[in-house]
Amino acid sequence: MTRRRLPEWFLLLLPAIIVIAAVVLIPLIFSLYSSFTPYKLTRPSTLWKWVGTYNYEKILTDAKFWAAFGRTVLFLTIALNLEMLLGLGIALMVNKVTWGQRTLRTIVMFPMMFSPILVGFQFKFIFNDNIGLVNNALQSMGFNVALPWLVDGKLALFSIAFAEIWMSTSVFAILILAGLFAIPRDPLEAAKVDGCTPFQSFRHITLPFLMPFIYIAMTIRSLDVARAYDIVQIMTGGGPARRTELLWTLMSRTGYVDARMGLANAMGYVSIILSVVFTIYFFRKLTAARAQIGMEG
Amino acid sequence: MDRNQSYRNHKRLMKALHFSGLFITMAIICIPGLWIVLNSFRPTVEIMAKPPVWIPTFTLDHYRAMFGGAGEGGVPVFSYFRNSMIVSVVSTAIAILIGMSGGYAFARYRFKGKTGYFVGLMLFRAVPGVALSLPLFIVFARVGIIDTHLGLILAYVAMNVPFTVWLTDGFFRQIPKELHEAAEIDGCTRWQAFWQVEFPVAKSGVASAAIFAFLTSWNEFALASQLTRSVGSKTMPVGLLDFTAEFTINWGGMCALAVLMIVPALILTFLVQKHLIAGLTFGGVKG
Repeated sequence: MTRRRLPEWFLLLLPAIIVIAAVVLIPLIFSLYSSFTPYKLTRPSTLWKWVGTYNYEKILTDAKFWAAFGRTVLFLTIALNLEMLLGLGIALMVNKVTWGQRTLRTIVMFPMMFSPILVGFQFKFIFNDNIGLVNNALQSMGFNVALPWLVDGKLALFSIAFAEIWMSTSVFAILILAGLFAIPRDPLEAAKVDGCTPFQSFRHITLPFLMPFIYIAMTIRSLDVARAYDIVQIMTGGGPARRTELLWTLMSRTGYVDARMGLANAMGYVSIILSVVFTIYFFRKLTAARAQIGMEG
Repeated sequence: MDRNQSYRNHKRLMKALHFSGLFITMAIICIPGLWIVLNSFRPTVEIMAKPPVWIPTFTLDHYRAMFGGAGEGGVPVFSYFRNSMIVSVVSTAIAILIGMSGGYAFARYRFKGKTGYFVGLMLFRAVPGVALSLPLFIVFARVGIIDTHLGLILAYVAMNVPFTVWLTDGFFRQIPKELHEAAEIDGCTRWQAFWQVEFPVAKSGVASAAIFAFLTSWNEFALASQLTRSVGSKTMPVGLLDFTAEFTINWGGMCALAVLMIVPALILTFLVQKHLIAGLTFGGVKG
């Protein structure tokens, strides 16, 4: 036999590579190709017509697309930061509890068990302007209002952000809590002996140790951002009048409702760039934070 | 005396703040979910009542209708449940096996371009489900695995592999190399050393990776709604749509199905939540 044996690490990695190549890479290449064609689901023959960068040019000059793009970035920035702060707060509070902590931990994980689509329906129900829990509660408390939570543009975006934050804060809380458990005791005790205030020791000892966990949560969330699609799609479908339109709802509408698959795929590629930028940004932050506490792998 | 008193007051105040903060947070986390559970046991008239009825009446109508089959406004809930179970369990098991072998390779071997492979693997997870579902549908249609369990399982395995590789890599890194070296000196093969020495140590980490994978597949909607067509393969998240008509939504029925959907996830998370925290501490910091 003249064939060289494959190295062991490659054999171990091979199944992962095969599965991802088959399920992700092939469709991606296909969609990359189709983004250079005027492909329409209703007319399959359009797949063989090459139009070059026409779709991309069209997107770059499309105000609606850029509005959705900007809104998506804004939405993500606000949601991720709020989730991080709230998660940190919850983790610190739960960590301080001395009894019943396990129950509290399970409660904190509660929203993680909800399917995003279920969260969408749930909050569509809760924010319903007629029979929803929020308006009913407001009215029972004596406010004579019927706020159109999902109809008014600004309120709708707020409602969606609320649902998204409700669902995902627990990811941050659990990861940060895990981080709190992993902090070594010695530096904290030394700081106490040296007369640090609780705030000082939090700022200079606890927080640096937590940063890697925070960035891991950020990385995971930025990878999962597309999951917000379910919520938006169910709650408002990008409406009213496109005021909650995010990239993902715009894409699926272009692809399936307008049947302009080529254009939708081109949008997909522009939006993938966005996720890739987010991912690499957080990954580098993560490596830097690990280096700071001397824990890089 | 005076200072003691003010110190004690301060401490008492902090305690009260901590307690009320915790209480409010937990309430906000629980109420939306509990409201769904509550509504699944209330008659539709009451859910839709205006002004609201705050004291609920108990009824099992929605569950009866749901399990009652198509004629009584129910949905094929058993099929959905079975599909969801098959797809989630099988895809989780496969993803864990593949992810474990990949993670082990990253943790134990040195090779060229390791960081590149690692980040590249993660980036595949960055592809939004929506962007993937369009071309995936076309490819699957060509191969003929639309509307089958196999198609969904394949998609979910690919979705979960990067994440399980990432997590398991962390756990295996945590285990000292000497452990399996010692086992090999004692006459184990590499394979035996893995299963008998390293795997038991990394078990809690693998459990937490598994629950993440399971929850992802159990709850996934965007891909499932594209790749399934009939009761033969529709999963529960897709089944929720059965309760929507063009302008109305059967909230009560939907709540009942939602409860059915949450229960397995709740039980599973409760059972492994101890491992979950331990596993995350493990795999988290060391990447």
